[in-house]
Amino acid sequence: MQIFHPSTNTIAKVSIYGAVFFVAGLLWTGNEIQRSSYVTGVGVARPQPVPFSHKHHVSGMGIDCRYCHTTVETAAFAGMPPTETCMSCHSQIWAESPMLEPVRASFRTDQSIQWTRVHDLPEFVYFDHSIHVNKGIGCDTCHGRVDQMPLMWNVKTLQMEWCLECHREPERFVRPREEVFNMNWRPPVDQLTLGRELVRKYQIRKLTDCSICHR
Amino acid sequence: MRRSVLHGGAPVLLCLLAAGCRQDMHDQPKYKPLAASTFFEDGRSARPLVPGTVARGHLKVDQHLYAGRMGNEPATTFPFAVTRAVLERGRERYNIFCAPCHGALGDGEGMVVKRGFRHPPSFHIDRLREAPVGHYFDVITNGFGAMASYASRIPTEDRWAIIAYVRALQLSQRATLADVPAEERKRLERLP
Ligand code: HEC
Ligand code: HEC
Ligand code: HEC
Ligand code: HEC
Ligand code: HEC
Ligand code: HEC
Repeated sequence: MQIFHPSTNTIAKVSIYGAVFFVAGLLWTGNEIQRSSYVTGVGVARPQPVPFSHKHHVSGMGIDCRYCHTTVETAAFAGMPPTETCMSCHSQIWAESPMLEPVRASFRTDQSIQWTRVHDLPEFVYFDHSIHVNKGIGCDTCHGRVDQMPLMWNVKTLQMEWCLECHREPERFVRPREEVFNMNWRPPVDQLTLGRELVRKYQIRKLTDCSICHR
Repeated sequence: MRRSVLHGGAPVLLCLLAAGCRQDMHDQPKYKPLAASTFFEDGRSARPLVPGTVARGHLKVDQHLYAGRMGNEPATTFPFAVTRAVLERGRERYNIFCAPCHGALGDGEGMVVKRGFRHPPSFHIDRLREAPVGHYFDVITNGFGAMASYASRIPTEDRWAIIAYVRALQLSQRATLADVPAEERKRLERLP
């Protein structure tokens, strides 16, 4: 007596093959979700208590990053401008603007402005701005064209594969130290030649040990 | 049946548990710089210094270097030798912190002034050309009229470097051909 019709053989075979594709598909979907901007926030501008525009201040007025992010060359933390820094100009410019009321309120009451963090590594990762800046990695390699952002967003995932991509081959990304703050610098056609030369000159190592970042 | 639910369910549960730990490791009970705090009343984890605190190695007794004063008068000399490196540093820092208002030439035509900030005096007027370096140090450190203090953003040595560069700017605006060394003069004359 036959319980299964012969056609079920095909179904069984197909479902075995199918399972492979199904699992692969699941893995692929997981991978895509993990790298999507839904998880990483890439390209999503965050709302801020004051609509501070880097576009206005950096490309519009040519103010250097270090006017506000003062410790970026000397410390791990890039530094956030205290309210006094805003007030060094906005005591007179747009001094009545309602958009700037939170800044003035902060100045009057000595309460901090609470910016929404955009780049936020997990706390088991150690990151240090000063070494990157001093070894010739430009701000826009990691933060993109900040001077074109009316509100801040992140252009890189900040995932481990991204850090490692550069730590394995720094010659693909380094630039002369003088150009670190220059948002308009573009890599030359023979970046690798320049890169190898700079890697030698700045004595850049290939830091891929786990304990470099997880310490 | 019961068994298989247990066998299937337990790993899933364990995975979920582990995922919970993952988030704990992302947000550890420690403060990153300037993170908000629920412990302190003002909500800041970065604590202001208790007034009068002096950090080790930061006792600023050298009045010339740290206050720009010699006795009761503003200093008339630099506290350290002005080398080429100091001038280069001064140029860089001047362009970051002063040029937005005072302009790259020191004539007071910076970008922010064009957008409506009070017009600062040019560095090339006689009063400022003759002002002692200690006066500049005082202006950067304590502010002056509409100009805010830059003491928290510019370390002491950098302030002196900026002043050295301002002096160089002042010289440059009144320089004549006679000030140029002979071999460089040829090059200048060839320029269109
Ligand atoms: C006038 C002051 C000012 C200048 C000049 C300035 N910034 Fe900012 N920056 C801010 C403020 C305020 C914030 C916080 C608000 C926000 O995220 O937009 C910020 C935020 C950022 C952030 C995101 C921080 C986070 O939350 O992850 C980056 C990255 C950044 N700035 C890079 C730069 C770079 C690169 C330059 C130079 C090209 C620059 N900034 C120049 C004031 C400034
Ligand atoms: C070096 C001077 C300077 C500093 C420092 C500065 N600003 Fe401004 N800001 C300006 C000027 C000038 C404008 C007007 C821009 C224009 O008219 O194009 C402006 C405009 C603005 C505006 C209005 C933008 C618009 O679209 O109308 C906001 C909001 C603002 N600034 C916030 C801030 C905050 C917050 C800080 C402190 C982190 C800050 N600014 C620091 C000079 C400055
Ligand atoms: C190698 C990549 C890299 C470079 C180069 C870089 N940054 Fe960052 N930046 C980061 C990362 C990663 C974070 C997030 C740090 C964290 O979450 O602890 C960050 C955070 C910041 C922040 C937020 C405050 C902080 O330190 O957490 C500011 C502001 C900032 N960067 C400004 C700059 C400026 C200005 C430059 C150029 C001088 C620069 N960055 C160059 C990767 C970089
Ligand atoms: C575009 C290139 C680039 C990217 C992206 C990058 N780095 Fe680096 N990193 C460097 C270079 C170059 C050095 C210097 C190597 C040396 O010291 O020889 C460095 C050094 C470091 C160091 C050593 C600091 C020390 O004090 O020893 C740490 C930690 C670090 N990076 C963490 C990170 C983390 C975390 C990320 C990702 C969020 C990252 N980096 C992304 C280029 C990069
Ligand atoms: C250049 C810096 C760097 C180095 C070197 C590095 N990591 Fe990471 N690692 C990171 C960053 C950044 C993250 C956070 C990624 C994220 O937020 O998705 C991370 C995350 C992780 C995670 C947690 C994944 C998660 O999301 O829970 C593990 C596990 C890990 N790294 C293991 C390692 C091991 C093992 C090594 C050595 C082979 C190593 N890392 C070397 C930067 C680094
Ligand atoms: C936000 C704009 C701004 C910036 C940035 C700025 N200044 Fe000024 N500065 C002014 C204004 C406005 C005045 C005129 C103040 C007044 O008369 O009320 C002034 C005045 C001065 C004076 C003249 C004082 C006198 O005796 O008349 C000096 C010297 C000076 N600034 C030096 C500097 C130096 C050095 C820097 C860089 C570290 C700097 N300023 C940055 C706006 C600025």
